[in-house]
Amino acid sequence: MLTQRLLTSDKGGMLVLGLIALTCIVVPILNLAVPESSPFHVSTFAVTLLGKFLCYALLALALDLIWGYAGILSLGHGAFFALGGYAMGMYLMRQIGDRGKYGDPLLPDFMVFLNWQDLPWYWHGFDMFWFAALMIILVPGILAWVFGWLAFRSRVTGVYFAIITQALTYALMLAFFRNEMGFGGNNGLTDFKDILDFSITADSTRIGLFLASGIALMLAYLACRYIVTSRAGKVIVSIRDAESRTRFSGYQVESYKLWLFVFSAVLAGIAGALYVPQVGIINPGEFSPLNSIELVVWVATGGRGTLYGAIVGAFSVNYGKTVFTTFYPEAWLFPLGLLFVLVTLVLPKGLVGLIGRFKKNKSATNKEEQP
Amino acid sequence: MNPFKHARNWSTKALPVKDPNFGHPLDTSHGPILYVEDVSVSFDGFKALNNLNLYIDEGELRCIIGPNGAGKTTMMDVITGKTKPDSGSIYFGQQINLRELSEHQIARGGIGRKFQKPTVFEALSVYENLELATAGNKKFWFTLTRELTGEQRDRLDEVLYTIGLTQSRFNSAGNLSHGQKQWLEIGMLLMQSPRVLLVDEPVAGMTGEETERTAELLTSLAGKHSVIVVEHDMAFVRSIARKVTVLHQGSVLAEGSMDQVQSDPKVIEVYLGE
Ligand SMILES: Nc1ncnc2c1ncn2[C@@H]1O[C@H](COP(=O)(O)OP(=O)(O)O)[C@@H](O)[C@H]1O
Ligand SMILES: [Mg+2]
Repeated sequence: MLTQRLLTSDKGGMLVLGLIALTCIVVPILNLAVPESSPFHVSTFAVTLLGKFLCYALLALALDLIWGYAGILSLGHGAFFALGGYAMGMYLMRQIGDRGKYGDPLLPDFMVFLNWQDLPWYWHGFDMFWFAALMIILVPGILAWVFGWLAFRSRVTGVYFAIITQALTYALMLAFFRNEMGFGGNNGLTDFKDILDFSITADSTRIGLFLASGIALMLAYLACRYIVTSRAGKVIVSIRDAESRTRFSGYQVESYKLWLFVFSAVLAGIAGALYVPQVGIINPGEFSPLNSIELVVWVATGGRGTLYGAIVGAFSVNYGKTVFTTFYPEAWLFPLGLLFVLVTLVLPKGLVGLIGRFKKNKSATNKEEQP
Repeated sequence: MNPFKHARNWSTKALPVKDPNFGHPLDTSHGPILYVEDVSVSFDGFKALNNLNLYIDEGELRCIIGPNGAGKTTMMDVITGKTKPDSGSIYFGQQINLRELSEHQIARGGIGRKFQKPTVFEALSVYENLELATAGNKKFWFTLTRELTGEQRDRLDEVLYTIGLTQSRFNSAGNLSHGQKQWLEIGMLLMQSPRVLLVDEPVAGMTGEETERTAELLTSLAGKHSVIVVEHDMAFVRSIARKVTVLHQGSVLAEGSMDQVQSDPKVIEVYLGE
């Protein structure tokens, strides 16, 4: 019954889920079992690129949940992604152990370089994966809870909320740039060696991370569907459309917004944590306000308020970006800006809406043909 | 006519109200479910309500008419707790003092109000709108994890039938006609099983057929609920009213059957003098 609720009347979502599942089966086979000489071989580089896109898609899903359904535009979701990434990065740094350049068994290289004697208190525990995994969820979750509690309680909405979330991610970026913060300053965390005792550069580990990202995305999609198809999901949509009336109907609007925001931040954090071992670095640039704005463009391009549209958007825009930046590495902002303007003016429902419109036209003409 | 003929039994002390659902059955043993006595409200010295007295019986359908500015909307505001009166008393049943309660408590406690403009949730279906309006636990974790109970679903089907939208249950509320939206909103109030329904100008902007069906709907609700309708459309009032109250300058000018009030010289004067 639950599967029925989650998947029926969600054709687009089923299609996207199916494609992800298929990719998760086919890509590892083509990478590991097909010899490199074969034209069907998928390179490890491509696997990692796809894995990165899966993480972006998860991040986009997280944003669509709050923007598309609750109408809360966060322009700082990159911050939660980066925090999840840093938590994973700290675990990966501790995994290096004494194999760093300076060979210190406890301190990461950058701390030795700064002449630090002891590991800062907040680095303790990150040598254990379960602890890091917990922090990946708790740090973004708690920040979102505190931030959301303050913002929603004071009824900060719309543009004002968007602006303070930008400020949040900007402030975090500046803080993480500082060496004294103990997160590696502008170099961030890098030179990772192992994850869960597997070499991070091995093909099989890459496939493992790719699969983990794919599975996380699919589970997150189902979790989001569970939320939006529940009664709470209906309340959330009505908050988006008529906030004060929903409040008048006896619902505690703030608490709905808050829990949704926290859940979305946790998803973003998980996306960041899966992203970091695949790209091999996390630095304060991930907090850049521009990243969060780019994320909004992915969701808008794919189609807001459908969940699967966010996944489509993340894949298509990032594919476009990869192709474009191969030729013009520095000029990405121009097509990005153009895309945003185009989507806003021409495609208010994004790519997914375009397909829907096309289908409607077709069925309309079909109906006309039948007398 | 003696306005105090129903006057409450003053020897009963008003109970302090803690539970928003009042926690005990409403005492309507003396007939009326709503007592509005000597209520006055003034805005910057202007008396919108002036010693208003009104008694609504359990299950009755009452129409309130009166020229613009007579205080009809203000009367509803006072009953629902939106406006606090300067003086007078408002009791729900014998023992519940509405002056002490907030809007929210009054709404939950069984007095539903339908505003003039239809405000259904357009992005949701008819069914989902009613689901949202269902009485019960409204906390996030509860609505996230629990479906409606069988009993609540039965109530929902019953209400769908009452408001005549069973066929349109899966249609988006945004695509309903103006009249259907009004009925849906009445349905949303009914989901809370209110004892008293206040309806402000329900047929404004409706087609003739919709007006007729609204009349049927409101008369069918009377009996199970006490219904108070404010309306300008005299033909409509005539078609549903058993008892009509005419307000003028914040107090009751006349009360009785439609024929009685229409032949009342004071009423004729007010309406012709307008
Ligand atoms: N909030 C308010 N502030 C000032 N005057 C008000 C306010 N609400 C109503 N009034 C005045 O009180 C009188 C009664 O208004 P109302 O109850 O809306 O009349 P009705 O609904 O019968 O047309 C009007 O003269 C109106 O201008
Ligand atoms: Mg009025």
